[in-house]
Amino acid sequence: MSRTLYDLVGLAAGVAFILALKGLSHPKTARRGNLIGAFGATLATLVVFFYAAPGSSLPLNNLGWILGAIFVGLAVGIPAARKVQMTQMPQLVALFNGVGGGAAALVAIVEYLRLGDEATTAEVIFTVFTVIVGCVSFSGSIITFMKLQELMTTRPVIFPAGRFIIAATLVSVIGVGGWVVSALGTTPLLVLAGLSLLFGVLFVLPVGGADVPIVISLLNAFTGLTVAASGYVLDSVLLIIAGTLVGASGTILTRLMAEAMGRSLFGTLFGAFTAKPQAESDSAEVRPVRSGSPDDVAILLNYARRVVIVPGFGLAVAQAQHTVRELADLMMSKGIDVAYGIHPVAGRMPGHMNVLLAEANVPYDQLEEMDEINPTFSQTDVAIVIGANDVVNPAAENTPGCPIYGMPILHVANAANVIFLKRSMRPGFAGIENELLYDPKTMLLFGDAKASLTKVVSALKAL
Amino acid sequence: MEPIAILSIFVLAVFVGFEVVSKVSSTLHTPLMSGANAIHGVILVGAIIVADHSSTNLELGLAVAAIVLATINMVGGFVVTDRMLEMFKGKKK
Repeated sequence: MSRTLYDLVGLAAGVAFILALKGLSHPKTARRGNLIGAFGATLATLVVFFYAAPGSSLPLNNLGWILGAIFVGLAVGIPAARKVQMTQMPQLVALFNGVGGGAAALVAIVEYLRLGDEATTAEVIFTVFTVIVGCVSFSGSIITFMKLQELMTTRPVIFPAGRFIIAATLVSVIGVGGWVVSALGTTPLLVLAGLSLLFGVLFVLPVGGADVPIVISLLNAFTGLTVAASGYVLDSVLLIIAGTLVGASGTILTRLMAEAMGRSLFGTLFGAFTAKPQAESDSAEVRPVRSGSPDDVAILLNYARRVVIVPGFGLAVAQAQHTVRELADLMMSKGIDVAYGIHPVAGRMPGHMNVLLAEANVPYDQLEEMDEINPTFSQTDVAIVIGANDVVNPAAENTPGCPIYGMPILHVANAANVIFLKRSMRPGFAGIENELLYDPKTMLLFGDAKASLTKVVSALKAL
Repeated sequence: MEPIAILSIFVLAVFVGFEVVSKVSSTLHTPLMSGANAIHGVILVGAIIVADHSSTNLELGLAVAAIVLATINMVGGFVVTDRMLEMFKGKKK
């Protein structure tokens, strides 16, 4: 195959990736877009086997090893992707991102070993960049995976003189990078890889559980840039296009997510270093709340004209997505106007709740984004908050200094009645008291979300 | 390739990348992240190229590891994204 044809196929794959990202902007076109992307990636991979680079010949050297390795990758990747629970999606994305970063770093190391003294300064600089960022992405993603899988604490890990240690590691990473560029050798490169892995761990440890998705997205963008840099060293237009696309889109996505959480990117990454210990809240005071029975809830719903359901991760933990859809369908059959109000960061990563509800066959056009739903709460008779807390907590607006202050919230307090389905009075993920629970128009239904919803459904059917 | 050509490709790709995701609805942020993730799995192409070049056992070993990891990234990423998107359905007509 000629170089021209090879590059044209690469260009076609690059266009396929652009179409994939573009398609993902709307649910109607998203699946087709993703399939186009997968087709482009397959095509780009196949064509490598039919192109002999200068100094190489067909069939490729080590063909058996190459095919065997691809087979192992398929045998691991496909079942993992097929079997993962939708609630565990953030972990899987983190893991896939990490292995991608690791692959990019390994490719750079191998190419460096092969080129030896022949490498140009530019190639060495790009190699150093890929090794650093790829290793950071790899080890950082492994730590985020462990946090999300709860193999380690989800709280920020802060160690004595942490700020100093991280800064010192970063300085030595850059120093060793300079050493590789000037001295050229295998040992400096391996030292660089080791230090970068360490830096990735130290960089992610202080990030708190709720902010982890932002870090995943950022590391995703990092991995994209390493792929682009590999494209320069390996003389592949496709890798440059694909890597840059992911780098750029990942950066924007990271910013969008940080905005949705009301966090500055800087605050997310370095917040743990500057955070002061919070004053313990006065938990000694036991205040009365109004708790109700499933029948009370059913009666309230039966006479409502408009109901907004606000789901949180607790809903998914209780596996109550199907039951909530059953309740919504039942209300709609009674002529009640029903909508779901989805906070951008509901769930464990941005957009996660949409995936979880889609799994329960809730049509995506019933899922309303925060900006659409917020003005409608004043015309809403009942807002049902299921397994959510922080995303409706007025403290985000009226308590400066609390950890979620500044995060945009769903204004359920504007609805005529608010129902909270909760397991207990325990505060949410961020650990902040929610004043709304004590509001006179709030009714609490305690218990497992799925069991409670099932009782409400049968009570409502009986009415 | 000419450095200036590479720089041009890079800059234009940055703008395309910004453009295609800047108006995405937050509904699809999770599949978008996992889809973008799958795309950088195309480093598999690079891993195969360096495996072809490998002349020592060390190089080959590292290259084979890179192929395994990149395949998991690429194939796993596209499969799981498809699984999520398959579930997004509009109102039944």
